[in-house]
Amino acid sequence: MAVSVNEAVSPGPVRDHPPPARRRSGRGRTVLEVALLTVLAVVMLFPVLWMIETSIKENRDVYAVPAKFFDFKVTLDHYRDVFVASGGGRSTLSVSFLNSVIVAGVSTVLATVLGVPAAWAYSRFAVRAKKDQLFFILSTRFMPPVVVVIPIFLMYRQVGLIDNALGLILIYTAFNVPFTIWMMKGFVDEVPAEYEDAAMLDGYTRLQAFRKFTLPLLVPGIAATAVFALIFSWNEFVFAIFLTSSDDVRTAPPAIAGLIGGTTVDWGLVAASSVVFALPVLVFAYLVRKHLVAGVTLGAVRR
Amino acid sequence: MAGIEVTALHKRYPDGTVAVEHVDLSIADGELFVMLGPSGCGKTTTLRAIAGLERQTTGDIRIGATLVNELPPAERDIAMVFQFYALYPHLRTRDNLAFPLRAEGLPKAEVRERVDEAARLMRLAPLLNRRPRQLSGGEQQRVALARALVRRPRAFLMDEPLTNLDAELRADMRTEIKHLQGELGTTMVYVTHDQVEAMSLGHRIAILNKGRVEQIGTPLEVYDRPASLFCAAFIGSPPMNLIEVEVADGNLCGQGGLTLTAPPGLPRDRRLVAGVRPEALEVAEPGAEHSVPARVVSAEWLGDEIIYVVDHGGRRDVRVRMPSTVRFAADAKVGLRHSGGAPAVYDVGTEELVA
Ligand SMILES: Nc1ncnc2c1ncn2[C@@H]1O[C@H](COP(=O)(O)OP(=O)(O)OP(=O)(O)O)[C@@H](O)[C@H]1O
Ligand SMILES: [Mg+2]
Repeated sequence: MAVSVNEAVSPGPVRDHPPPARRRSGRGRTVLEVALLTVLAVVMLFPVLWMIETSIKENRDVYAVPAKFFDFKVTLDHYRDVFVASGGGRSTLSVSFLNSVIVAGVSTVLATVLGVPAAWAYSRFAVRAKKDQLFFILSTRFMPPVVVVIPIFLMYRQVGLIDNALGLILIYTAFNVPFTIWMMKGFVDEVPAEYEDAAMLDGYTRLQAFRKFTLPLLVPGIAATAVFALIFSWNEFVFAIFLTSSDDVRTAPPAIAGLIGGTTVDWGLVAASSVVFALPVLVFAYLVRKHLVAGVTLGAVRR
Repeated sequence: MAGIEVTALHKRYPDGTVAVEHVDLSIADGELFVMLGPSGCGKTTTLRAIAGLERQTTGDIRIGATLVNELPPAERDIAMVFQFYALYPHLRTRDNLAFPLRAEGLPKAEVRERVDEAARLMRLAPLLNRRPRQLSGGEQQRVALARALVRRPRAFLMDEPLTNLDAELRADMRTEIKHLQGELGTTMVYVTHDQVEAMSLGHRIAILNKGRVEQIGTPLEVYDRPASLFCAAFIGSPPMNLIEVEVADGNLCGQGGLTLTAPPGLPRDRRLVAGVRPEALEVAEPGAEHSVPARVVSAEWLGDEIIYVVDHGGRRDVRVRMPSTVRFAADAKVGLRHSGGAPAVYDVGTEELVA
């Protein structure tokens, strides 16, 4: 009987099949998993797909019964309508989008500028009743925004901030600062204080040490936090609809909602503006996805 | 270069923890001064107060002739090496070294020269273009040391700089630090909880316990005559045997009939404990001259020596260090005798050295 040397000593992969029972259960599970995930994906993605489809259908096809899934004529008219008014010039929707960009952008920057140093201070310094203060800051987020919308409305009316972009910026900043402090504190805790200590011994002041050494290490965390803050401000609806009324000031969410409710609803336009509305957040999150994941997992591990 | 004077230092953290109760240190110019103590005794806090990273609650700190209480760390002109090195992660070795110099605003040529010199001293030349995470722990530590000395500060502060290294590397770095300090002649305060490190490095050692200084002395003084029961139990491995004794006939008598030479000038009316180093005792054949009967409880063979745990009928078993040529089996009947001079004797009440 000839046994090849190769076979006899081969340390390579064993050709033996694993026990059949395990294999079947393994493959069975995979099939089931894929099937379930497919169903889930279809159910979850259908509204999004339908929105995209509707946005590129002609009005005729939008209302077609039975619904047309594939054989419709593609048009970009609705997208044009989002940005260009029917008589030429800028549409009111495009103004709303611009407002959204300004309000969300400015409030995010403000929340970051205020929240990051605060988080640093809470992380590094012995602050009196630190735990209580942090809990208080967090507790401002326990309350759903809609609870405070009436008081805010009354106060804003007194100071003339109703129907004013500044009003929205302030309220969004106020909502994002606590979040920024909490999330950023996790990141700052992760950066050893020794970097700053070393820098201070090397001749820098405390603030310089923070700016030059800790801040660069916080960039991923700041990116992640800012994206979350941006998404909150961008999507916010309740304050926007209560505190603004004119087309010049309104942000996109109430503006898009306002498209529904006339005698006829231009679903194509609604869908197109929704797509335009959803895109920036998706793109932004995609661009910083590396930081998002790194940031979220880093911040999650508390020492 | 300068000496460091710490007077009545007391530090209470805002949460109420008293980290340093009362510390007086007088560190000479050019001295390698070691602070040794168990975890949590306030070593780091004291060091950070000297560096200015922590403001003391009360007490004075002088560096050279200057009272530095109100000076920020940047103006104290000292360098510190941390346990976690704290190399700037986004900078290459070269820039990590150059950093403190650029902060001082030195001209480029001089920065280069000093970095190269420090790199030569710590043998870092091949590592100059790497970032910290591309360096091994030992290499990072060398960079951290180089960064401390590149500035030519008035004093070095070291907070357990070798803790994260493996034993062999630690021994090498220890030699290197000692050599470097001797060469530069810069005052160094070195914090550790490793007594071997303390013994081999320090010109003088301060033993800290619960925020107080228990003893300050040369390694020899600290080893031979620990100033308190705490030091006696802390220094040496295994540490001193603490044997309760009574004075009789000019000798010290322990339980089980063990007699030790008495030092002169012992108080008669107090309860006393003798601190006997394991190497000042001897395990002999049963019935040997001056020995008391005893039994070997266990034997730890450490290669070049054996530590015997011996029961001689006293309250506690004693440890005896013997050369590894002298072998007794566990449970063997032996004789135990004292072979050294007069031991250190402590008062049980005050826990302090009385003679
Ligand atoms: N920032 C702080 N706030 C409150 N308590 C602190 C703080 N830093 C240290 N402590 C406490 O002060 C005491 C002394 O701490 P310190 O760090 O000086 O000890 P250590 O001797 O360096 O110990 P180790 O050998 O473990 O480093 C400890 O009880 C510690 O818990
Ligand atoms: Mg410490």
